[in-house]
Amino acid sequence: MTTQEPFEPVIIAFCCHYCAYTAADMAGTRRLCYPANVSIIRVPCSGKVDAIHILKAFEKGADGVYVAGCLDGDCHFKNGNHRASRRVAYVQKLLDDIGIGAERLAMFKMSAGMGERFAEVAKEFTETIRALGPTPIRSLHRDAA
Amino acid sequence: MITAERKPIDEIIEYIRPFQKILLVGCNECVTVCSAGGRKEVGILSSMLQMAFLKQGKSIQILEHTLERQCDPEYVEELVSMIDGVDAVLSMACGCGVQELARRYRNKPVFPAVNTKFMGASERQGVWAERCAGCGDCLLGITAGICPIARCSKQLMNGPCGGSTGGKCEISPDVDCAWALIWERLKALNLTDRYEEIIPAKDWRNGRGAGPRKIVREDLAE
Ligand code: SF4
Ligand code: SF4
Repeated sequence: MTTQEPFEPVIIAFCCHYCAYTAADMAGTRRLCYPANVSIIRVPCSGKVDAIHILKAFEKGADGVYVAGCLDGDCHFKNGNHRASRRVAYVQKLLDDIGIGAERLAMFKMSAGMGERFAEVAKEFTETIRALGPTPIRSLHRDAA
Repeated sequence: MITAERKPIDEIIEYIRPFQKILLVGCNECVTVCSAGGRKEVGILSSMLQMAFLKQGKSIQILEHTLERQCDPEYVEELVSMIDGVDAVLSMACGCGVQELARRYRNKPVFPAVNTKFMGASERQGVWAERCAGCGDCLLGITAGICPIARCSKQLMNGPCGGSTGGKCEISPDVDCAWALIWERLKALNLTDRYEEIIPAKDWRNGRGAGPRKIVREDLAE
C-alpha cells in the first residue's frame, strides 16, 4: 500500500446468529448502506467467541474486531452475551499489554430487528478504526518475512 | 488443584528474546482447569507473543503443544521429536511441569510462563481460593473440614485471635476468619467439644520443616 492510497481498514465482526447476524440480514433486505470493510463471521452465540478467535483475527491482519451479540436479557442461550462482553474486556487488556490497543476491539448489542443499528455500528466502528490507522501487525508481517 | 496465573507478558518476552524458535508447552491438568496454561491459553499466549515481537521488528517461530500431564515423564517424553528443532522451551504448566521439562531436556533452556500460586478450589466460575497448604498432617478432622493452616492468616492452631471481628479476619474485611468458620460449623454439627481440646503445637517436619518431601510407595515403586 502506498501512502497516497486512503486507508481502508479490515474489520472482522463476530455476529451472533440470533440477533446481530439477522440484523445484518435486515440491513441488507432494507438496502441500508454500510461500509464494505466489515467482514462478518456468523457464530451460534456471541458467547462462542473465544479470546483466541479474536487474537487470531488481529494476528492475521485485522485492523479492528467487534463482537455483536443480543441485547441484555435476550440471549438465546441465556447469558452468552454477558460472557462475550466479559471476554471482550479481557482481550482488550491483552491487546493493551502487547501495544495493539484495546480500542481496536469492541462489543455491541442489538436485536434481530435492529437493521439500522447494525449499519450504524458498522459505519461508526469503521470510522473509529480509520481514525486509529492501520494496525502495525499486517505491515510488520510483510517486513519480517 | 494447583492454581496458576500467566506471568506479565513483558517478563515472558524478556526470557525468550534471545531465541528464534520456541516450543510453547501447555498442560491438560490443573492449569487447564484454572484457565492459566491449557491448550487455549497456549494459543492465546502464542498469538500475543507473535504480535508483540512483530511490533518490535522481529518474527519468531512458536511451536504449540499441550501435554496430558507435564509433571509425568511418560508424557514429557512426547516432546523428544520437537525439542531438537527449537532454541528454547516456554512452559505454561505449574512449577512441577517446568522442572520436569528442565530435568528431562537438560540442554534446552526452559522458562516458566505462569506463576504457580497455591492449592485451591473454585469458589465459583473464574474464582479460585487457597484451601490447603500441604502441611502433611491434615487437621480437617478436628477443625470441621475448614483448614486453619491455609485459611487462617496466622496459621493458628487454636483460634480465633483477637483480631477476628464479625466473622472476618483482621487482614481484610473480604477475608473470612477461618476460626470463626470452624466454630460456626462445629456448632452446626454439634461437635463443639472438639473445640475445647487444645491442639498441640504442630510438627512442621511433616511439612516443609524437614526439607523437600518425597512420597515413596514401596508397593508401586519400581
Ligand atoms: S490441615 Fe494441612 S493437609 Fe489439611 S487442608 Fe490444611 S494444610 Fe492441607
Ligand atoms: S482473624 Fe481469624 S483468620 Fe485472621 S488471623 Fe485471626 S484467627 Fe486467623
